[in-house]
Amino acid sequence: MAHDHHDHDDDHPDNELDPVTARVRALETILVGKGLVDPAAIDAIVEAYETKIGPRNGAHVVATAWTDPGFAAWLKTDATAAIASLGYTGRQGEHMRAVFNTEGEHNLVVCTLCSCYPWSVLGLPPVWYKSPPYRSRAVIDPRSVLAEFGLGLPAYTSIRVWDSTAELRYLVIPQRPAGTEDLDAEALAALVTRDSMIGAGLARAPGKA
Amino acid sequence: MNGPQDLGGQMGFGLVAPEVEEPVFHAAWEKRALGLTLCASALGKWTIDESRHARESLHPADYYASSYYEIWTKALEALLLRHGFITAADLAAQRAVDLVPGPSRILTADNVAAALARGGPCDRPMATSPRFAAGDRVRTRRTHPTGHTRLPRYARDCVGTIEAVHGGFVFPDTNAHGAGEAQEYVYTVVFTGEELWGEAANPGLTVSIDAWESYLVPA
Repeated sequence: MAHDHHDHDDDHPDNELDPVTARVRALETILVGKGLVDPAAIDAIVEAYETKIGPRNGAHVVATAWTDPGFAAWLKTDATAAIASLGYTGRQGEHMRAVFNTEGEHNLVVCTLCSCYPWSVLGLPPVWYKSPPYRSRAVIDPRSVLAEFGLGLPAYTSIRVWDSTAELRYLVIPQRPAGTEDLDAEALAALVTRDSMIGAGLARAPGKA
Repeated sequence: MNGPQDLGGQMGFGLVAPEVEEPVFHAAWEKRALGLTLCASALGKWTIDESRHARESLHPADYYASSYYEIWTKALEALLLRHGFITAADLAAQRAVDLVPGPSRILTADNVAAALARGGPCDRPMATSPRFAAGDRVRTRRTHPTGHTRLPRYARDCVGTIEAVHGGFVFPDTNAHGAGEAQEYVYTVVFTGEELWGEAANPGLTVSIDAWESYLVPA
């Protein structure tokens, strides 16, 4: 985008702004002018989702489940509490459920009605997750959708799709890759991709980028 | 409502386009749109259900032509207008011209971390027992409500199995319209691919939705 800088201290009309930038800036100007919004609060929200609340949180949960059978059992029965014990709580993660991939069943999460997503463990959803191609096809043709992510599942693996139609938020626990017996939780977490926790991918094999 | 948001099973939108090394935001305005939406919701005058209904109430042509943060911004303007925080004159002038009485509370920067960590739990205590139990066969209602609902069209009038009972949750169909939280039990209901999509379904596919109790009848 050509004009994507934003300086919210600048109240002067700028005809060079693209329409959506101008529209959002006008709304912020109005709301700050009325004392309804603190622009520093917006900065703090953005900083939180850029630096603190993202898929590394979920990777920590997955790696802990891989290395601690007691935690994995807790995650299966009360994911909200188990995840909170690692420090991840709150907005769009209030009611969590963890679903575990096996050889026989692969889990895939979607929200066909909007873009419900477990923010507390994965951060803000990627554009593809919020977009019509994924939301329309994940429930009717998930095998083709997974192929578009480069994921070809064996025919004996059935697919279970979770449509997040209520306030439960789903975290996929991918299978632990082979050859990782000697890795600690931190090294394992580095193998856990965001997409693998949505079900749109697998955890990385060790030694691969 | 049978609106543009109800996308499950629709066709013609093309291939999924995953982006390598996708940034958290694609433009600076997206950051402000996210922050404005969260700060405005913290004013406490509408619920997440009303927000979702405002987004799905965009004209379908507008909804499909808009990116997600654009949808959020357009819906946010509608919510702010509806609840009297802004006026058409403000929007036309692109600055605050109609001043309103000061709000009782706004989200300040020092409270952001705590507010995000607290979230907005939607579970509620129930005085009654759940009508269904895990393993029960249920049919989703054939219904076309004109207001907000979280029963997607592709899963209406279909037979599935209760997999889990989740306790009471705020009922979006009433709460979105200011008609009360009216909490109901929520169930995970699982359907076979064949039940939803017919013989051409992906082999072995199962799909679940989370359904409020009044969406369901015994099968």
